[in-house]
Amino acid sequence: MSKAALKVRLTREHCRTLLHQMLRVRRFEEKCAELYTQEKIRGFLHLYIGQEAVATGVMQALGPEDAVVATYREHGHALLKGVSAEAIMAEMYGKQEGCSRGRGGSMHLFDARTRFYGGNAIVAGGLPIAVGLALADKLAGRQRVTACFFGEGAAAEGEFHESLNLAALWRLPVLFVCENNLYAMGTALDLSESETSIAAKAACYRIGSETVDGMDVVAVEVAARRAIAALQEAGAPQFLECRTYRFRAHSMYDPQLYRTKDEVEQWKERGPIKRFQEWALASGELHANDVHEIEKEVALEVAQAVAVAEAGTWEPVEHLLRHVGAEQRI
Amino acid sequence: MTQVSYREAVRGAIRMAMQADERVFLMGEDVGHYGGCYAVSQGLLDEFGPERIRDTPLSESAFTGAGIGAALGGMRPIVEVMTCNFSLLSIDQIMNNAATIRHMSGGQFTVPVVIRMATGGGRQLAAQHSHSLEGWYAHIPGIRVLAPATVEDAAGMLAPALDDPDPVLIFENALLYNDTADVDDAVAVDIDHAVIRREGSDISLITYGGSLGKTLAAAEELAAQDISAEVLDLRILRPLDEAAILATVSKTQRCVIVDEGWRSGSLAAEIMARIIEHAFWTLDAPLARVCSEEVPVPYARHLEEAALPSTEKIVAAALAVLGR
Ligand SMILES: Cc1ncc(C[n+]2csc(CCOP(=O)(O)OP(=O)(O)O)c2C)c(N)n1
Repeated sequence: MSKAALKVRLTREHCRTLLHQMLRVRRFEEKCAELYTQEKIRGFLHLYIGQEAVATGVMQALGPEDAVVATYREHGHALLKGVSAEAIMAEMYGKQEGCSRGRGGSMHLFDARTRFYGGNAIVAGGLPIAVGLALADKLAGRQRVTACFFGEGAAAEGEFHESLNLAALWRLPVLFVCENNLYAMGTALDLSESETSIAAKAACYRIGSETVDGMDVVAVEVAARRAIAALQEAGAPQFLECRTYRFRAHSMYDPQLYRTKDEVEQWKERGPIKRFQEWALASGELHANDVHEIEKEVALEVAQAVAVAEAGTWEPVEHLLRHVGAEQRI
Repeated sequence: MTQVSYREAVRGAIRMAMQADERVFLMGEDVGHYGGCYAVSQGLLDEFGPERIRDTPLSESAFTGAGIGAALGGMRPIVEVMTCNFSLLSIDQIMNNAATIRHMSGGQFTVPVVIRMATGGGRQLAAQHSHSLEGWYAHIPGIRVLAPATVEDAAGMLAPALDDPDPVLIFENALLYNDTADVDDAVAVDIDHAVIRREGSDISLITYGGSLGKTLAAAEELAAQDISAEVLDLRILRPLDEAAILATVSKTQRCVIVDEGWRSGSLAAEIMARIIEHAFWTLDAPLARVCSEEVPVPYARHLEEAALPSTEKIVAAALAVLGR
């Protein structure tokens, strides 16, 4: 990619896209929280609210053929990769119209069509999978990228280190994206890591690494485009540490004893949507009317998703044993 | 027909699979330059090169997971984990990803990976290299577990395992690698059914893998005492060939199960339970089993021998069931 192409051109259209995508994730999840309190959605529900700039920025740099591997906090990643809001919502309800046919729930969204490979509720469990997907591409001579999202908590697991080492050793096209929101459940980064720069850890494996403000969608997009260009040029993995923050509890069961309200409020001031929207309005790239239109489109999409999930059907219990193994072998 | 060792049979199967399908590759610790820690892959690096005979770092979890990812990405990886003792470092990937992704994705994704590992004791390597953990894996829905007990099975199980759209684990008992037999080069092995290795009418001896030889020897000794023992080799530990188990027990009405796993919560326990569930009324005597003693496998030879199933123990158990 040329230098010029690396620059993100903040046209009106592009600003609209960025805001639209972040708002889709935000409003979708606000609805999820509401539905959770109504017990329509059960199980664990991990909201991404506050971190939208990360997935939105990175996803701008990915193409439809690229793969994404994510964690249990993946509703946004799935939406932005192109999985329909309807299929995601139906999955949260546990309906057979869901993107994992009701087998996965909130933490295990999967979609073959958009190459969305989960949805993994084991911390660091997705990293080796991403390495393998990239290995398959390399062996088959395909020019594709596998983006792997995970929290900073993963950096304490052996699989993180094993995977970075393998990807670097074998020069595989993996874009590692660490969403460093400073807490692993309630454990603050400096209570769990001797080296608190996750990018520095990645650099130890000779992986090109960058730390970026994860509350700034444009900064993330620029960094992601740069990383992918470097990845393609060097034929080697790249690492992006996005410094971000989640505004909500870890999951719906978390009383948040580990941080103060003040701290959360301060971060909210820097919220990715608030900040970008205010800038776009002030600079004249977007008008109040644009924001209004976007909100209307998003509300429609979310309402439609809920309607589909509500109208969805329960898989007959006689199908319980389906999808454990192939229905027919060979 | 050619005389080959179990080791050569596995190697030949890998070679054939790699020649037949570009997507097949082997990866694991020391599979390339070293030649495989049981010399299974010796020579394959020269033949296929380092892309396809891929040495990995000591990262069981990552390379097993990478095999799973590569399978998701359309390849047909064979992952070698040196021994099942070390597979505990990759059990997260096997259990939480390989076995579950098809189900969690509502059937959208399949993981056609083959994971091979050595199992079993008998070489005075002490606890951390001697355990038989295949029974644990046989507990897990979503994977197929194979235990080739003969050279022919070693030669013929890999191809159907690679054709299987789901993850397949192959447990090669380390004591079998030097066994030799005449085997057809293109042998095809059924990976759905157990097989009767010796016909008999007085008692069934049900076993698999490294215990087959001991069990056949026990049947031989019983024959010398005019007892006709039928030996059933399970071959597939998951899914179990329940029909074959029930058929042999219904025929002989007596049964001893031989399993190198520990007794508590063992595969032998599962087989007993199924016989009780489905064939209780055909039985003429209580069931019996010969398992490993409930101890980490010790180093000293006499202690190790005492811990593992042996021909003598199998004969004694059979005689007790027969009331002799
Ligand atoms: C292997 C493993 N250990 C523990 C857990 C329980 N757990 C779920 S989320 C979480 C915190 C992870 O934090 P981080 O990786 O920073 O991601 P975040 O939740 O902040 O997005 C923990 C400990 C788990 N799911 N998997």
